[in-house]
Amino acid sequence: MTDAIVVEGARKRYGEKRALDGLDLRVAQGTVHGVLGPNGAGKTTTVRMLATLLRADEGKIEVAGHDVRTRAREVRRRVGLLGQHAAVDEELGGRQNLEMFGRLYHLGAKRAGARADELLERFGLADTGRKPVKQYSGGMRRRLDLAASLITEPAVLFLDEPTTGLDPRGRAEVWASVRSLVGGGTTVLLTTQYLEEADQLADRISVVDRGRVIAEGTADGLKSQVGGDRIDVVVRHAEQLRRAAALLPGETAVDEDRRLVSAPVTDRMAALAGAVRALEDAGIEAEDIALRRPTLDEVFLTLTGGRETAEVTA
Amino acid sequence: MSTYVLSDSWTMTRRELAHWARQPVQVVVGLVFPVMMLLMFGYLIGGGREVKGEYVDFLVPGMLALTMAFGLEGTMTAVTQDLNKGVVDRFRSMPMANSAVLVGRSVADMLQSALGLAVVIAVGYAIGWRAHGGLGAALGAVGLLLLLRFAMLWIGIFLGMVAGRPEMVQAVQILVWPVGFLSNAFASPESMPEWLGTVVEWNPMSATATAVRDLFGNPGGEPGHMAAAIIWPVALVAVFFPLAVRKFQALSR
Repeated sequence: MTDAIVVEGARKRYGEKRALDGLDLRVAQGTVHGVLGPNGAGKTTTVRMLATLLRADEGKIEVAGHDVRTRAREVRRRVGLLGQHAAVDEELGGRQNLEMFGRLYHLGAKRAGARADELLERFGLADTGRKPVKQYSGGMRRRLDLAASLITEPAVLFLDEPTTGLDPRGRAEVWASVRSLVGGGTTVLLTTQYLEEADQLADRISVVDRGRVIAEGTADGLKSQVGGDRIDVVVRHAEQLRRAAALLPGETAVDEDRRLVSAPVTDRMAALAGAVRALEDAGIEAEDIALRRPTLDEVFLTLTGGRETAEVTA
Repeated sequence: MSTYVLSDSWTMTRRELAHWARQPVQVVVGLVFPVMMLLMFGYLIGGGREVKGEYVDFLVPGMLALTMAFGLEGTMTAVTQDLNKGVVDRFRSMPMANSAVLVGRSVADMLQSALGLAVVIAVGYAIGWRAHGGLGAALGAVGLLLLLRFAMLWIGIFLGMVAGRPEMVQAVQILVWPVGFLSNAFASPESMPEWLGTVVEWNPMSATATAVRDLFGNPGGEPGHMAAAIIWPVALVAVFFPLAVRKFQALSR
């Protein structure tokens, strides 16, 4: 399989700050690749470089077989970009936007119009009429933005934090749209702060921190590195916390303030049933028991060996 | 790919025209503003000015020059807004002629200013202003005014990109006023203290206003200012056009 995206040793400095510090990335054609990391890790810088909006100081960057620096126009014909801020004209309507972008992709007036109608239909925006985009909901705006990125059916699509700032419904809408693209052969690079999102959408994930990739693998692979899912137990009486921790399997983490003990699990259901039974037998009253995915904080703590990650917002 | 410069520029111009169609009130307010200034100075503040001939004949060409100079604000605001909304990112990530982004802005702003000129001229005519220099000279005057606007356009595009934020635009909007008023638009420099008169005479806008008055055969016009009215804007374009283009290309740095 050929690689649709190749990044080798990309560096970018802004004064003293190193936005990218030797980032490497390979994305196989037709796959969805997640780039996971906290704010300021270099995710957006990476996407902007791949989309020819920003130049790297050093390093090789190829997208769809073309160098982004020397053959930017070839790259631009083959990529779509969904940035963090809706990159559409807010004063105009949805159809006006898509038709304008179609013309700028040189489809010609007639095809640009037809393509606009097609995409509006596909993304459930056909009934928006002349309503200006600034009156759209967050989810609708993102869908229009996504539609605009797909006008030429790009070989490679960049999604920079596509659901940040959306409510759960908007997020679900965007996820559904992204899923519908996969399988059409499009290569998707997706950045996110949410492990769950990368988990839901991506075949492989690169975890970035301070401008470089610190781990790479499938969602399952990464999670097993981090210890997979966890079970959280909140006890009613603080003095029973230590005893509860002793009952749970594996290496537990105790949070005295929240009366919470957390333990890694492998078999979710068995672990849940086991914990309920063990606590009951020991006469420990639980206020809450829940299974959950590791948070990005935990992924980071594990991958960086417990280095301070106060800036992480998982 | 340069074959697409024209069609892409036209698409970008159409985008601006679509904005007008969306917000006719804003367009009308923009056109009415210089008319209000004209009437205010003509009827409320004017009258007592020590200018040879009718004050209206002196005022209208000055107001025309001021309208062109104030166009800078509109250009700057539009450029800053575009950059802040991410739509320029999409344009830049597309295989279009990148220059079309700036060309579209230019064409639309020049069209709007031409319309603005027509409105001020029409209202000026209605309140008694007359051109006495013949049609050719009048067209020459309109040409000089649009040349001044063209210079303001590139200053505006450059400053809009430098400012980057709407707050900065506001600061420049306030500064445009003293610069606009420190000209001979409303009063003859002879009526001012000497140092102020000197500043005013050096204002590029004053050169245009004086030359335009001359071409219209209005009071305050002096022959011999034509060269300055051409050289000033051309020099400003020569400085700010490359600066603006470089700044636009530097967005990828």
